[in-house]
Amino acid sequence: MSFQGKKNNPRVTSDKLIIKGGKIVNDDQSFYADIYIEDGTIKQIGENLIVPTGVKTVDAYGHIVIPGGIDVNTCLQAPHLGMTPADDFYHGTRAALAGGTTMIIDHAVPEPGASLLAAYDQWRDTADKRSCCDYSLHIDITRWHDGLFEELESLVKDKGVNSFLIFMAYKDKYQSSDTQIYEMFSAMRELGAIAQVHAENGDIIEEEQNKLLDLGITGPEGHVLSHPEEVETEAVYRAITIAKQANCPLYITKVMSKAAADVIAKARKKGMVIYGEPIAAGLGADGSHYWSKDWAKAAAFVMSPPLSPDTSTPDYLSSLLSCGDLQLTASAHCTFTTAQKAVGKDNFTLIPEGTNGIEERMSIVWDKAVATGKMDENDFVAVTSTNAAKIFNLYPRKGRIAVGSDADIVIWNTKETKVFSAKSHNLTVEVNIFEGMECRGYPVVVISQGRIVLEDGKLNVTEGSGRFIPRKAYPDFVFKRIKARGRMADARGVPRGNYDGPVHDVISMTKSVPATPTTRGPSCPGKTPVGPGRNLHQSGFTLSGTQMDDHIPRRTAQKIVAPPGGRSNITSLS
Amino acid sequence: MSDCRRQWNREDELPVYLAKPISAGPNQRHKSHGMFSSVEGAYDSKTIDFDQYAVGRKGNRSSRSSSRERVVDGDFEAYEISGGTISSPGERDDGRQVTCRYSKECKMSRFMLIQVGENLIVPGGVKVIEANGCKVIPGGIDVNTCLHKPYLGTPPVDDFYQGTKAALAGGTTMIIDHVTPQPGDSLLEAFEKWQEAADKKSCCDYSLHVDIPHWHEGVKEELEQLVQEKGMNSFQVYMAYKGLFQMTDSQLYEAFSFLKELGAVVLVHAENGDLIAQEQSKILGMGITGPEGHPLSRPEELEAEAVFRAITLGNRVNCPVYITKVMSKSAADTVTNARKKGSVVFGEPITASLATDGSHYWSKNWAKAAAYVTSPPLSPDPTTPDHLHSLLACGDLQVVGSGHCAYSTSQKAIGKDNFTLIPEGTNGVEERMGFVWDKAVAMGKMDENQFVAVTSTNAAKIFNLYPRKGRIAVGSDADIVIWDPDKIKTITTKAQQSALEYNIFEGMECRGGPVYVVSQGRIVFEEGKLQVQQGTGRFISRKPFPDIAYQRIKYRNKQGVSRGMYDGPVYDIPATPKYITPAPSAKTSPTTHQPPPIRNLHQSNFSLSGAQIDDNIPRRSGHRIVAPPGGRSNITSLG
Repeated sequence: MSFQGKKNNPRVTSDKLIIKGGKIVNDDQSFYADIYIEDGTIKQIGENLIVPTGVKTVDAYGHIVIPGGIDVNTCLQAPHLGMTPADDFYHGTRAALAGGTTMIIDHAVPEPGASLLAAYDQWRDTADKRSCCDYSLHIDITRWHDGLFEELESLVKDKGVNSFLIFMAYKDKYQSSDTQIYEMFSAMRELGAIAQVHAENGDIIEEEQNKLLDLGITGPEGHVLSHPEEVETEAVYRAITIAKQANCPLYITKVMSKAAADVIAKARKKGMVIYGEPIAAGLGADGSHYWSKDWAKAAAFVMSPPLSPDTSTPDYLSSLLSCGDLQLTASAHCTFTTAQKAVGKDNFTLIPEGTNGIEERMSIVWDKAVATGKMDENDFVAVTSTNAAKIFNLYPRKGRIAVGSDADIVIWNTKETKVFSAKSHNLTVEVNIFEGMECRGYPVVVISQGRIVLEDGKLNVTEGSGRFIPRKAYPDFVFKRIKARGRMADARGVPRGNYDGPVHDVISMTKSVPATPTTRGPSCPGKTPVGPGRNLHQSGFTLSGTQMDDHIPRRTAQKIVAPPGGRSNITSLS
Repeated sequence: MSDCRRQWNREDELPVYLAKPISAGPNQRHKSHGMFSSVEGAYDSKTIDFDQYAVGRKGNRSSRSSSRERVVDGDFEAYEISGGTISSPGERDDGRQVTCRYSKECKMSRFMLIQVGENLIVPGGVKVIEANGCKVIPGGIDVNTCLHKPYLGTPPVDDFYQGTKAALAGGTTMIIDHVTPQPGDSLLEAFEKWQEAADKKSCCDYSLHVDIPHWHEGVKEELEQLVQEKGMNSFQVYMAYKGLFQMTDSQLYEAFSFLKELGAVVLVHAENGDLIAQEQSKILGMGITGPEGHPLSRPEELEAEAVFRAITLGNRVNCPVYITKVMSKSAADTVTNARKKGSVVFGEPITASLATDGSHYWSKNWAKAAAYVTSPPLSPDPTTPDHLHSLLACGDLQVVGSGHCAYSTSQKAIGKDNFTLIPEGTNGVEERMGFVWDKAVAMGKMDENQFVAVTSTNAAKIFNLYPRKGRIAVGSDADIVIWDPDKIKTITTKAQQSALEYNIFEGMECRGGPVYVVSQGRIVFEEGKLQVQQGTGRFISRKPFPDIAYQRIKYRNKQGVSRGMYDGPVYDIPATPKYITPAPSAKTSPTTHQPPPIRNLHQSNFSLSGAQIDDNIPRRSGHRIVAPPGGRSNITSLG
């Protein structure tokens, strides 16, 4: 396929279109009907539509008509060591459209400590100018502090952002501690936002990286050796535990290994509200390439979490995707040229992370899951578009072919195959990790905002035509259950009479053992750090004078202070 | 426990232990004569009277061991045990050991077993203990006690004297106590303090674990000294107790790596301290201040999560991990799954988690509820004890400890207005062996050999005391228990040795108990009477690299991959990347030195200056490219 003409012929198509003869496939049903599009939205669906004259007709006979794909994980502008990705918003969205994806949600990555709002503005600015398809933004929280809550609130309420990414990896850079993660989860539940998690144990990774470098392993295989599956699995498990405590829905980005996917599947069976997102690379390739003798090829696969060296992983992930244990696919598209990757030629920890996949994603899912009979065409629509729209509150504007929805439509050829290659792809990078892969299923016509952008193998995109799509908080798909649980889950204390038995006298005892508690703060193991004797002062009894039950012998020889009134029945030992 | 017994009544149903997941353990023993025959003698002298197990009739069992005769004569120095079954794991294979119930006799001198065999020839004047019908087993080893751990400066009510007395009364002849220094204290000093206290007071042999309250470079030296000079081989690290003992993952990784080099066993207190702190403040904020706040703020998941993380760390470091106090089903399952995947991990349930559950935290009696406070807390799920016993029986959990740490009610009452201040710890050193027998062996889940393994032998192996302890063999220490499988005892505060005024097992009936306890060759417990002497306990030093933990570790190591040097173009990154101010996250270890993110660039050996011979080759991207002299080689060609 060759594409000519980037900006030279904008808006050749009319605003009015009719798609005829195709089988419309939504996530819940398939049916034959025509679609009439006007002003970027779907106006009519049905047979024998009455439409104005002069409408361009798109022929979809023999193909299926599906809602345009939504790629919820791209990094088209996030810099790494000062290098911007090779595919920016223009090239990235152009490739997305070529692959049948009509909307992306990009990650805005502020530098640690910087304002989230500023990053949002910066990303909006660039994307508005460069993007060729509709887009929305996730904001990554690179360093959590209390003041950030207000920024989150204003992003959620005023800026139309309802999802934030939290890092459990990238130690000393983006990584958050468990306490911080808990606080963030609580904040997001309150705001009705989706907590996304990059799940890898950054502490272990750093130690492993140092160990491997010491061993003299500097090539890309060090990347996968220092990011073993277990480290991903552990972090997923921990994220789930924390989310359960905070009663917060959880979204795991980039599920790359079997074990991590299993942990998610199990948690779902236990009733957790959790979503897992495998990516194009994880579904279409495996990690054996890290051991390639060609450095450039091996480095092209570097991403975190890494592709699993287990070659049965892609199959396994597509099976879980088919049965609903994983819910949606993304691409995590973040490309660097070989020269950029080569910054880490002597040290794998410096290789910028990211693979391509934005263009190949839908075809890979079709080829691996639908063509093999694992899922049907409706499931295909669900995992490539509808579920994403539901989770991120874009539904039914996006992710569905229905009257009133945006006219983001793909006419999909289900029979023929296409070969991926760096020579023919729409990206600027020299290596395509899917090089030579033959995939069944590809888009023949792509309609974005009611305009044809791909037809007869020709891309016809307009830079800057993409709109920012704001998203509201509390997506029903995610938060309905959470709200109900919040009401049910209140723990209750046991109504008891006040304990009025003897209380061990801490103050007098600390005198006899002077070294222990006073100098080093709390010596009670693991309790909330409060002064050791704090609560004694709140109790209403006095230490002075004899007490009326002083004569009662105790088994221990320690000094006992009892409240006036003596022991009551409530503490009697039976 | 009556619930489980009742199941036997219904013959059409599977017994509970068949329905539980005990069948898949790697160590499961094959039983040739059906489910019950292998537990030799478990039913010989008792008729299963189903009426007795019916609802409402519990507790009418009469003691059946009263009519047994014992001949005791001779002097105190040497004596002989005859007519008992010697149970020792590993002797299962020949089968005879188990079936010949009257054939083994052994003779011991002051400290050491001299002969084991049939029809021993012994000098005159030897004291003979008639062990007819009873089992002769190696004395129990309790690997988890805190008899000297102060809370706010006050010691627990059971000190080394009270505690070891209680241990001996329950058939335990050795304890391993936890040395718990405060953060900042010297480990060596704390160790010496504990040793001094124990030498004065202990009535049975003891050894010590040292808890590492805070990880820093200085600790390493002390650890090395403790291992090499003091005979210590086990150290505890904490994943809980935020702001006090808790270590970050990086610190844990370093600690694991270092302890592995020393050949020590890493004990892990596994709970997620960060989340506990959050939950505690949340629950206090809700106005819950009673002991029920304790389990509410430490849910099972947090324990399971930390166990999972500890195992992951252990796998990465390639270091054996020992989980102290396995209290919940999910934590135990996590250990089980890891073992199935080949991890070297050991799990230790404790008396409290094996015999009772966490429903008591909701008791209306504050003193009772507070008595159960321990960390991790007892699981409120009442099926937990059963599940843990099943895993013990099949070998997925290996050791039974007691976690004995007794604080009086008035000490517990320090936290009467705030559950986070309640000192943690339950009793169990005395009841430990009895409950394992009652709930596992008497139920048919476990055979007597496995009983010996989990109460004594495995502990001895993991902590490198074997075969001196944990086995009845010539040359082993004469720590021997004569165990009556039919003895029935009701646990009450009045009858116990511990100084505690509230026993969490109060009123529970327990089948099986020691008749005689021989410690260091002396009879210390004889038909209900204790004859102990303060300070007779010896410190038992332990060598590093116990075989059971470290043999496999030694074989597992990693190797690298070789490849030609990359000599293609390299992107020229700006000299100082602006956005990456390395921000120390909250998990930063203060001791790790943090290299700047671009550190290795300056070490690469190419130069940016001057024109390169391939400058004229066009590139697809517009970035400036620096290529090394020699240009691109085939190694980077694409395709």
